[in-house]
Amino acid sequence: MLDKLVARTGGGVALMLASLSARADLQYNLQPPATNVASQIYNLHLMVLWVCLGIFVVVFGAMFYSILRHRKSLGHKAANFHENTLVEITWTVIPFIILMAMAYPASKTVLDMKNTSDADMTIKVTGYQWKWGYHYLGQGVNFFSNLSTPRSEIENLQTKDKHYLLEVDHPMVVPTGEKIKLLITSNDVIHGWYLPAFGIQQDAIPGFVKSVWFKVDEPGTYRGQCAQLCGKDHGFMPIVVKAVSPQDFTKWIQAQKAAVVTYNPNKTYTEAELVQHGAQVYAANCAACHQANGKGIPGAFPALDGDPIVNGPKAVHIETVLNGKGGRMPAWKDQLNDFDIASVITYERNSWGNHTGEAIQPAEVKALRK
Amino acid sequence: MDATAHTHDLGHEHPPKGIMRWLTTTNHKDIGTLYLWFSLIMFLSAGSMALMIRAELFEPGLQFFQPDFFNQLTTLHGLLMIFGAIMPAFVGFANWLVPMMIGAPDMAFARMNNWSFWLLPPAALLLLGSFFVPGGAAAAGWTLYPPLSIQMGMGMDMTIFAIHLMGISSIMGSINIITTILNLRAPGMSLMKMPMFVWTWLITAYLLIAVMPVLAGAVTMLLTDRHFGTHFFNPAGGGDPLMYEHIFWFFGHPEVYIMILPAFGIVSQIIPTFARKPLFGYASMVYATASIAILSFTVWAHHMFTVGMPAAGQLFFMYATMLIAVPTGVKVFNWVATMWRGSMTFETPMLFAIAFVCLFTIGGFSGLVLALVPVDIQLHNTYYVVAHFHYVLFSGAAMSIMAGVYFWLPKWTGHMYDERLGKLHFWTTTIAFNITFFPMHFLGLAGMPRRIPDYALQFTTFNQVASVGAFLLGMSQLIFLVVVLKCIRGGKKAPSKPWEGADSLEWTLPSPAPYHSFQTPPVVK
Ligand SMILES: [Cu+2]
Repeated sequence: MLDKLVARTGGGVALMLASLSARADLQYNLQPPATNVASQIYNLHLMVLWVCLGIFVVVFGAMFYSILRHRKSLGHKAANFHENTLVEITWTVIPFIILMAMAYPASKTVLDMKNTSDADMTIKVTGYQWKWGYHYLGQGVNFFSNLSTPRSEIENLQTKDKHYLLEVDHPMVVPTGEKIKLLITSNDVIHGWYLPAFGIQQDAIPGFVKSVWFKVDEPGTYRGQCAQLCGKDHGFMPIVVKAVSPQDFTKWIQAQKAAVVTYNPNKTYTEAELVQHGAQVYAANCAACHQANGKGIPGAFPALDGDPIVNGPKAVHIETVLNGKGGRMPAWKDQLNDFDIASVITYERNSWGNHTGEAIQPAEVKALRK
Repeated sequence: MDATAHTHDLGHEHPPKGIMRWLTTTNHKDIGTLYLWFSLIMFLSAGSMALMIRAELFEPGLQFFQPDFFNQLTTLHGLLMIFGAIMPAFVGFANWLVPMMIGAPDMAFARMNNWSFWLLPPAALLLLGSFFVPGGAAAAGWTLYPPLSIQMGMGMDMTIFAIHLMGISSIMGSINIITTILNLRAPGMSLMKMPMFVWTWLITAYLLIAVMPVLAGAVTMLLTDRHFGTHFFNPAGGGDPLMYEHIFWFFGHPEVYIMILPAFGIVSQIIPTFARKPLFGYASMVYATASIAILSFTVWAHHMFTVGMPAAGQLFFMYATMLIAVPTGVKVFNWVATMWRGSMTFETPMLFAIAFVCLFTIGGFSGLVLALVPVDIQLHNTYYVVAHFHYVLFSGAAMSIMAGVYFWLPKWTGHMYDERLGKLHFWTTTIAFNITFFPMHFLGLAGMPRRIPDYALQFTTFNQVASVGAFLLGMSQLIFLVVVLKCIRGGKKAPSKPWEGADSLEWTLPSPAPYHSFQTPPVVK
């Protein structure tokens, strides 16, 4: 019976290996490098891999030779040696020399990666639970980058797109051929800004600003993900960088500046206007926890549908959104402007089963900011 | 095993019957048995969590679990395997074997020995029970980095308390082991005559005493940050989350060696036995173990190459880490030289020991790759790291434990295990292990982050291979359970020295070993 089991398992394994070779998309090495640092890393890894393979073959070649020849079943008699100073010194010194030979190119790359001086452009990157914020310093362009894969694909209700989980609503756009410096930090927990093709992985740590740099020559779209466990949606905050020619970049940055939503702080908006803008703000910032249907996740994130704060005095609601609550609900006062907050609160108070009929104005939010 | 208690009438101290025997026992063999069973139960429960993880990762998309629960699974899988399965298994071995190997009647502090075991079941209940409290178990990864761990519910507090209990248990166990080894050796058993397993445990026990209090301090500061308004690590109050990482890994790196040095010891007992030839380079083995232990205190920040340390820091920790490859290499060369021109046979313990040497070396090589800062920055937090530490901890620590169980089962139970089933267990485990974890190297190289419940489409095939392998690996462990149970219940009578080439003191005692080991100390020439 055991033999049958072994045969069946073996058959299963063979079947699996056969189906493996039929797939063409398998990748066995690092992603193709897109920056000079990334290709240094690529070569360094290959070099070390070959050295390790060489040592492995020599050492285990000897071991398997011994296993085949020095067996009792072949009548081999055991020798009785148990030390040899010369041999022992040799196999301590030779690995040491090999290691020094590996350390040299690795150290050069480390110094190269650390050299963030003379950057042409600086972008501040902020990690949030669970999205990235990009701020083009000195250019007044500032936006969030959210996962754009629809929920229905994640829940297997719809066929998955080619870039499933690696697509965002607003990618970071950079010009090719320029040295870009990133200042990386976080607003809540530790995240990791990881873009394999650039050879960059930098933890985004609240309270610290760390810098990295890259210069990419080929125009294209490069994809990565948050690398440091940051809570529930850690797997759902991808990074997309679009490298375009400097001319296209200038056009893009002009368009961004023109598209900034302007609002009149003193205007009285209608409920419909506020709800329309608020729905977008909600989808981008609130739905990850409180869910698109306002039902939250029992035990983890409260429902807003029927919630006493959402249906109670509006000042309490505004203050909760501005300043956060209980460590889990973040403060939004630095991320959203008065119009965004007024809109999203109006949206929450007039959606699902909530019907307060109130239209919160930007001025009311402004009044409650400390 | 009950037979042990009755066949040898030693004129005093008959153990009570039933549950009271186990609750009140101060006998090193009973306590060793308790540790080993505890470890096996934890191994199977943490292993089933791994299978749940692999089931969810069989395909892209969310099939079985929500992301938050998935994170609870990865966190508890790690904590239970490390603190529940591997560490207690090695303490179980130490309890059973150290007194017998050095010619002592029992451990030095028998009552403390009882205590250090009985702290573990409550700790395990806290960890397993935390799945059922509001908010669920801790979901911040076994590293429990703040601020994420500060956001967690009461499951995190239960985890912290469990770590306290397990830490106290480890420290008491270590004090006991050190005292036993230093004071209870038989006449003539000088330190440099001790079996390698005893040496590795002596060094491991010092490591435990040095670092468990550090971990206890770190999680206590987390606890006060969570509940008593301190801001050690919470940046919202001016605290420093990086400080936690430094403190944690100052514990965490020696912890890696705590889980592998006793494995080196077990393998160093087994290979000479089945090669029928003394261990090559005994003295250099002792020095290599000691230097690995000392160096392990100077490499912690290689777990933090992506936090953005200054170049000088990165270079220092890179060089120190690479240096560890030298004594580790010495060990591997010594094992191969021990086999060289021996007269080898390949019973199950030897098969596991050989697989250990090969596969642990693969884990060592991937460790060397990760030691290089630029490559680590490319691979940190990816599946490459998951592959690396499973080669070190499964094919390293766990497979050495299996090797040791097969090796000493005849001494423990008085019966020979079923060699055919043992070999079947070996082959299924080794093959399934490689199917599970080898493809993870490729996933990591391709850039798949670890600790994610769902992944991009290009990672699908290798994840499917890994999941199939994981289920085979899990099922194979049921064979292990069968072999152990069968061997306890009966089988061919084991002679006092079932292995031709064995030469340490435990093989001079009858099988099963008498309830009290050496009433009169043997004289070692
Ligand atoms: Cu993140």
